[in-house]
Amino acid sequence: MPVFQPQNDPGANFPLLLARAGLVPDDSFEGSVPPSPHATTCVALRYDNGVVMAGDRRATSGNLISHRTMEKVVEADRYSGVAIAGAAGPAIEMIRLFQVQLEYYEKVQGRSLSLEGKANQLSAMVRGNLPAAMQGMGVVPIFAGYDTAREVGRLWAYDMLGGRYEEREHVATGSGSLHAGTVIKVGYRADLSRDDAVMLVSRSLWEAADADSATGGPDVLRGIYPIVATIDADGWNLVGDAELAGVFESIRSLVTRGSAT
Amino acid sequence: MSMPYYVAPEQAMKDRADFARKGIARGRALVAIRYIDGVVIVAENASQSLRKVSEIYDRIAFAGVGKYNEFDQLRVAGIRAAELTGYQYSRDDVDARSLANDYAQLLGNSFTHGMKPMEVEILVAEVGGDGSQDEMFHIMYDGTVIDRPNVCALGGESEAIQTRLASEFRDAMSLAEALKLGVNALSGADRALDAQSLEVAVLARGDRRRCFQRVGRDDVASMIAG
Repeated sequence: MPVFQPQNDPGANFPLLLARAGLVPDDSFEGSVPPSPHATTCVALRYDNGVVMAGDRRATSGNLISHRTMEKVVEADRYSGVAIAGAAGPAIEMIRLFQVQLEYYEKVQGRSLSLEGKANQLSAMVRGNLPAAMQGMGVVPIFAGYDTAREVGRLWAYDMLGGRYEEREHVATGSGSLHAGTVIKVGYRADLSRDDAVMLVSRSLWEAADADSATGGPDVLRGIYPIVATIDADGWNLVGDAELAGVFESIRSLVTRGSAT
Repeated sequence: MSMPYYVAPEQAMKDRADFARKGIARGRALVAIRYIDGVVIVAENASQSLRKVSEIYDRIAFAGVGKYNEFDQLRVAGIRAAELTGYQYSRDDVDARSLANDYAQLLGNSFTHGMKPMEVEILVAEVGGDGSQDEMFHIMYDGTVIDRPNVCALGGESEAIQTRLASEFRDAMSLAEALKLGVNALSGADRALDAQSLEVAVLARGDRRRCFQRVGRDDVASMIAG
């Protein structure tokens, strides 16, 4: 059972606790990294009551599809979520550490970190991944959540160096972000309802999948749909596959309308 | 050179135990009771912010009586041990029994080798998939671990409270019934406790990963009254 002298106590910082316990792997490696799974397109936007996050399910290694059901948008804690694009291995590990850190902080201190504090914490983790990023294993997350103190949804974009940028409307990351971001940019209004926001992010992912080979579209045959989640005053809520099936069905009818089929 | 006085080991241990017991008896007691959905912990505590009962992990809770800084240090050590195990292996690999053993080592070591023994008694409780898998471990200031199947009392007058609890306990009580049993056992026949002087939390089986929940004072008041 870990007990520390006051001057060595890691406090509510779980990564520091890992370091004190000698459990941090040696991240320094030389040479080039062989092709490994990469995760792609994720988007987030603010709607009238909160934020919606979405990500496709595909992971690719070079030009091969390595995974069809990856979950790139995950719950960080009750009022926040994180979406990742980039090298899947470090990204999954980063999310796991981030989730543990938020809950660990909450239990040790008896209260949650502020939303801004969580965004800052993630920034430090992205920066910590810099040596791997230099080897082509960068991770570029999106952080979004509902600020219970200010009662608004907020979202942040990051760069590979840990730079943190709060966005007021929407953000996209990953290889399909240009297409997905453009769709959202054109369709965005500040007073979007929750349903309209779910429709807009789904449409943006469909357009990205249509134009970017590394982004997966809805797989109707297997019943695999993007991960879409809303975060508002009720906290994190996944949008169910049944609802998404309906959303993509209406996208299909929009896309095929008037075509000679 | 002066020689230290010889103190028989029996006497040294007894002195330490008396010292720890006195410190613990000064504080208010707490109880834990199994009910239909898990375990309810009821502590006599006038403070709203200095907690005696808290969450360790998904299905595990901690409660301590005695010296606040000492049991709070143990609480944080427990969270750390649990989170490190869960992070290194899996969340399923964290269990109350091994935590209780770790606590026992720590307390036992401090009792025999420390400058002074810790003036605390602690409880580690875990809810399982059904009632038969619920576990409660009562760990004493000297590292003694007692496995309590249904009810557990810690702190000043804990023996009398334990007797009151054991005689009234029934299997599969509702939360309100278990809470009332706990409050009556804590207060005894001579006085009454109201919601303002109680800290109540449950470990409740359910769909959620995190089973620990605090019960607000308004809810406590209405359950005691009802």
